[in-house]
Amino acid sequence: MSFEDWYRQDRLPHIYCAGCGNGTVINCTLAAIDQMGWKKEETVFVSGIGCSSRAPGYILTDSLHTTHGRALAFATGVKLANPDLNVVVFTGDGDLAAIGGNHFIHACRRNIDLTVVCMNNQIYGMTGGQGSPTTPLGCLSSTTPYGCAEMPFDLCELATAAGANYVSRWTSYHVKELEKAVKVGLETPGFSFIEALVQCPTAFGRRNKFRQVADHVEYLRSHSLMSVKRDRMLEKGEKIPEDMFVVGELTRRNRPALGVKKS
Amino acid sequence: MTRTEFWQGNTACAEGALAAGCNFFGGYPITPSTEIAEHMATKLPKKGGVFIQMEDEIASMASIIGASWTGARVMTATSGPGFSLMMENIGFAAMTETPCVVVNVQRGGPSTGQPTMSAQGDMMQARFGSHGDYAIIALCPANVQEMYELTVKAFNLADQYRVPVFLMADETIGHMREKILIPDKVGRVNRKPLVPGTLPFKADADLIPGFPQFGTGQHVHVTGLTHDERGYPCATNPKVHASLVQRLVDKIENARDEMADYDIINQEASQVFIAYGAPVRTVQQVMHDNKDKDIGSLRIRTVWPFPEKALAAFRNARHFFVPEMNLGQIAREIERHVRVPVISIPRLGGELHTPAELIAALEAHP
Repeated sequence: MSFEDWYRQDRLPHIYCAGCGNGTVINCTLAAIDQMGWKKEETVFVSGIGCSSRAPGYILTDSLHTTHGRALAFATGVKLANPDLNVVVFTGDGDLAAIGGNHFIHACRRNIDLTVVCMNNQIYGMTGGQGSPTTPLGCLSSTTPYGCAEMPFDLCELATAAGANYVSRWTSYHVKELEKAVKVGLETPGFSFIEALVQCPTAFGRRNKFRQVADHVEYLRSHSLMSVKRDRMLEKGEKIPEDMFVVGELTRRNRPALGVKKS
Repeated sequence: MTRTEFWQGNTACAEGALAAGCNFFGGYPITPSTEIAEHMATKLPKKGGVFIQMEDEIASMASIIGASWTGARVMTATSGPGFSLMMENIGFAAMTETPCVVVNVQRGGPSTGQPTMSAQGDMMQARFGSHGDYAIIALCPANVQEMYELTVKAFNLADQYRVPVFLMADETIGHMREKILIPDKVGRVNRKPLVPGTLPFKADADLIPGFPQFGTGQHVHVTGLTHDERGYPCATNPKVHASLVQRLVDKIENARDEMADYDIINQEASQVFIAYGAPVRTVQQVMHDNKDKDIGSLRIRTVWPFPEKALAAFRNARHFFVPEMNLGQIAREIERHVRVPVISIPRLGGELHTPAELIAALEAHP
C-alpha cells in the first residue's frame, strides 16, 4: 500500500496555498504511518483550528477536527477511552502554543501516548498573517507591523521541560529526516512531539523578504543547526548564532506513559 | 429488589451515572460539584472505566467528547465558572451531535460568586450559552432520588438524540442527604448505529443520523465546521448551513412533548405555582400546608426543551407564580406561552424561598 491510499480523493482540491509547506509534512507523516503498517480503522487523526488542522479532513480515517487549541484535550479522551487506537495530532504554532498552550504542557506532563506533528509556519496563516507565539523577533506580520517585539517560544524545549518522551525538530526541507522522526515518534510509547518548520509564502514569506517559496525553504535549510553540531560547538565554547535553530532528535527517553496500548 | 440508601445528592448523581453505564469521566474540581468527580475517581477504575482529571473545564469537555466518539458513555460535572469554560466545546458537541452528559451543580454567580451557596442562575446559559443556534436538553432534579434517576435519564436522552444533556442541579440538592431507593437495574437506550453504506451525517426521519463509532472502519470526518451529509466542511454554502442548523434544533424541539417530564397537581386551580429544582420543595410545603386553598402546581423536570403543553392544562389559571433562585429566567420563558400574568418570585443569596414568601406572593395577587 502506498501512503497515497490514505488520502480522501473526494476532498480534492485542498485549501492549501500554492507553495505551502504543510503538504510536505502531511506526506512525511503518512509515509511514516504507512511504514508502521497501521490499519486505517485503528488510526485516528485529531486537530484543532488553523491551516495545519485542516489536514485530517484529507485523510481517509476517522478524524476529529475540533475547536481552536483543544486538539490535545480531545485526543486525550479518544486515546484513554480506547488505547487500541493509534492517535496522531496535527497542529500549528498558534493552535498549540498560544490558545492551546496549557493543554500542550499537560499532555506532555501526562506523557500520554500521542504523536503530535506541529507545522510551525511562525504565523497565523488561516486568518491572514497575524503574529504568533513563534514569530521570530523583528519579523513582520499584520499585527506586528513594526516588527515582532516579543521573544518566540522554543516549542521543543517546552515539550522536553514538560515531560514528553520524544522530541525532535526538522523543517519542510528535511523530508527524509522528518519522515524518520515521525516514525520514531509513532513507535515511541508516550508523548512524541515533532516540530516541522514550514514556509508560508502567502502570510509570512511575502512580508519577510522571501519573494520566492524556494528562498524561504533555502533559509530553513541554511539556518538549521544539527543538534550534534550544536553540542560540539557548545563543547568548544563557540557561540551559537542567534538566527540559527536546532534540528534533530532533541529528546528520547522512557518515562512512565499514559494510555499505551496493551500488547 | 430495590435497596435503600441515605445519600448525598452528588453521590446519587455519580451512582446514577455508574448504573447507566458511564465509563468515561473527565473533570476538574469545583465546589459544589467535586464529590461527583471524587466518587467517579474511586469507582470508575474498578469497573474498567476511565477517570481523568483534566487541566481545566475546557479540556474536561473536550476529553469527554473525544471519548464519546469511541463509543464510551461520558460525563463531566462542574459548577457555574466551569460551565462557562465548557461552553465552547458544548457548542462543538451540539454541532457534531456528540452524546454527552454535563452536570452543573449550580452556585451563586456571576463570576466566582458564592461557591458554597445554592442558585439557579445558569438556566439560560444552559439553553443559549454557546454561540450560534442549537438546541440541548436540560433536566432539573428536586431531590436526591431525582439526582439518581435524572442522571440515568440524561445518558439515555444523550444517546437517543445525540446531543449534550445537562443535569441542572443546584447546591441544595447536590449536598443534601436523603433516603433514596436504588433499583436493581435501570433502563438503557443506546445510540442508533450508522447503517454501513449510508452517509455519516444523513439523518433518518427522526432527524437523527446513525452513530459512526471511531475504530469501526467507517472513516468518518467529524468537524465543528458546517458540514454536509458526508461530514465534509461546507462552510460557505448557505443552504447546507441552514438545513444543518435547522435540523440540529428541530430534532430536539420537535421531540419537546415526547420528552416532557412534569407533574401537575390541581389543574383546575386558579393560582398556580411553577417550579423546578430546589424551589419545588418550598412549593410542596405550601401545597401541603394549604390543602383547602385554590392552589395548583406544576413541577418541571425537563426544563429544556420547555414543556409548554403542560401550561395549557391549567385552564382556570389567573396567575402563574414562579419561584426561582435567579431573577426570573424561566418565568420569562413561561410568559411567552401564557396570557395570564406570570408572577416571578426571585430569590438571590443562596437560600431557599420560605413558604411564607410564597404565601405572601399569593396574597399580593388574589
